Amino acid sequence: MIVFDQVTKRYPDSTVDVVNQLSLTIPDGEICILVGPSGCGKTTTMKMINKLIPPSSGSILIDGQDIGAIDTIQLRLNIGYIIQDIGLFPHMTVAENIATVPVELGWKKDRISARVDELLDLVELEPKIYRHKKPRELSGGQRQRVGVARALAADPKIMLMDEPFGALDPITRAKLQDEFLNIQAKIKKTIVFVTHDIDEALKMGDRIAVLKAGRVVQYGTPMEILARPADPFVSELIGGRNSLKMMNLLSCGDVMHKVGVATDFAAAAAVSIHATAQDALAEMFRTGKSTVLVLDDAKNVQGLIRLESLLESVSDYGRNS
Amino acid sequence: MGLIDFFLSRWQDILELTLEHLLLVLVAMAISIVLGVTIGILITRSRALANLVLGLASIMMTIPSLALFSLLLPILGIGTAPAIVGLVAYTLLPIIRNVYVGITSIDPAIIEAARGMGLTDRKILLRIQIPLAIPASMIGIRTAVVMGIGIGAIASYIGAGGLGTYIFQGISRTNDNMVIIGAILISLIAILADKYLGKLQNRLVQAKPKTEGGKHDRI
Repeated sequence: MIVFDQVTKRYPDSTVDVVNQLSLTIPDGEICILVGPSGCGKTTTMKMINKLIPPSSGSILIDGQDIGAIDTIQLRLNIGYIIQDIGLFPHMTVAENIATVPVELGWKKDRISARVDELLDLVELEPKIYRHKKPRELSGGQRQRVGVARALAADPKIMLMDEPFGALDPITRAKLQDEFLNIQAKIKKTIVFVTHDIDEALKMGDRIAVLKAGRVVQYGTPMEILARPADPFVSELIGGRNSLKMMNLLSCGDVMHKVGVATDFAAAAAVSIHATAQDALAEMFRTGKSTVLVLDDAKNVQGLIRLESLLESVSDYGRNS
Repeated sequence: MGLIDFFLSRWQDILELTLEHLLLVLVAMAISIVLGVTIGILITRSRALANLVLGLASIMMTIPSLALFSLLLPILGIGTAPAIVGLVAYTLLPIIRNVYVGITSIDPAIIEAARGMGLTDRKILLRIQIPLAIPASMIGIRTAVVMGIGIGAIASYIGAGGLGTYIFQGISRTNDNMVIIGAILISLIAILADKYLGKLQNRLVQAKPKTEGGKHDRI
């Protein structure tokens, strides 16, 4: 758990607090997104966790321990760090890049080598092919995968990610986001993730802290933020269509009505149980029908979604979340 | 006497002067490289210091080499020692400057990533900055060595020996053969030195051998 307690950052020669009396509790095993426009203090907030930027006042606790009392180098070696430009070391191979922190920690060669292969498998880069490549031989997406692998090398509990997918084209970006969510489902790190893109925040975040002028204006789950934006600033950041975006966060499994034995559904429209509620809505528009079937992986009917009940359940989620 | 006959009749002399020249430049360059690389690294810690040192070194280079050697005469006397001091003073700038530029032009994101991952300043220098500054530094060293070989000829003026001796003697005795042989050999040494340093540079910069996978790309 990471706790910010009344943290303020003001640079010398400045009259503005980049981060202003910020308090925030980030639970273990979750992705916490810091989102907001440029200059809102999100990156500064993140960089205070690994002491790249010292706070002017207030304290930051990791698992109850004030980071001021932890040796800076030890602290950083135990926190994975990924930045937008990735910062892969161009003179080192992929394997050497990934091995950076394990080497600092004095791991044995065999252990490092095994770990590198394991991580390359995890980020879906064939170790035999990619181990010995230099960063310049990789595409942007591949570099980002190596960046993720490098940050995970020593199995840190905490990872800091500063716009990690910012420089990628939309397709690669979406793919890497999905893959990263799959990886996170396995590794359950405590992740602080900075982005200016609210849609990325809604997709990736277990929790979202919306920052404005160095303060948290709203902190909640994506559903909460969409259902009840705290103020016009948050609404504007979301950019409207909140219900549609909420439907993007709900799976068909969440909103369907279960049905018993399938009987005469052959002619009806159907969606996968893993698809989003928005997909179900799109399918209704496509087929002109107000009911779609929900199928499991084996193509068995698990339930159905009606237009009226879909609208109802989305607004219910808004009320209850 | 023709150039070739002259060379054949004096080849032992010429060989000795060549070795003398090589030794002088070698010693001076060894000192210059060690000093230049160290200073170049140190001044990356402070911009003010960098400006001061680079400024001083530039001024040093603007002094004509003959004048510099003459200025050193009353202080260090004649012979090899003042010649080495002069050569080092002359060849420091390209080394310092290129090491400095090589280190300071590294993408800040790379340094920040290294720092954020928990590398100490010393480790960042050894594992990241120095290796990445090698290409630029090698260019400076090559320039310095070629300059040193040429200016080494002028060092003969203060009794440092070397191939410059032939050039100066040739001029005063109006012996073209001596001047030409001195000049050709100095050029030859400079060209060879540049060529082999270039090869060394490529070897230092060269990527490690690629493995089986080849170039095919995903995503």
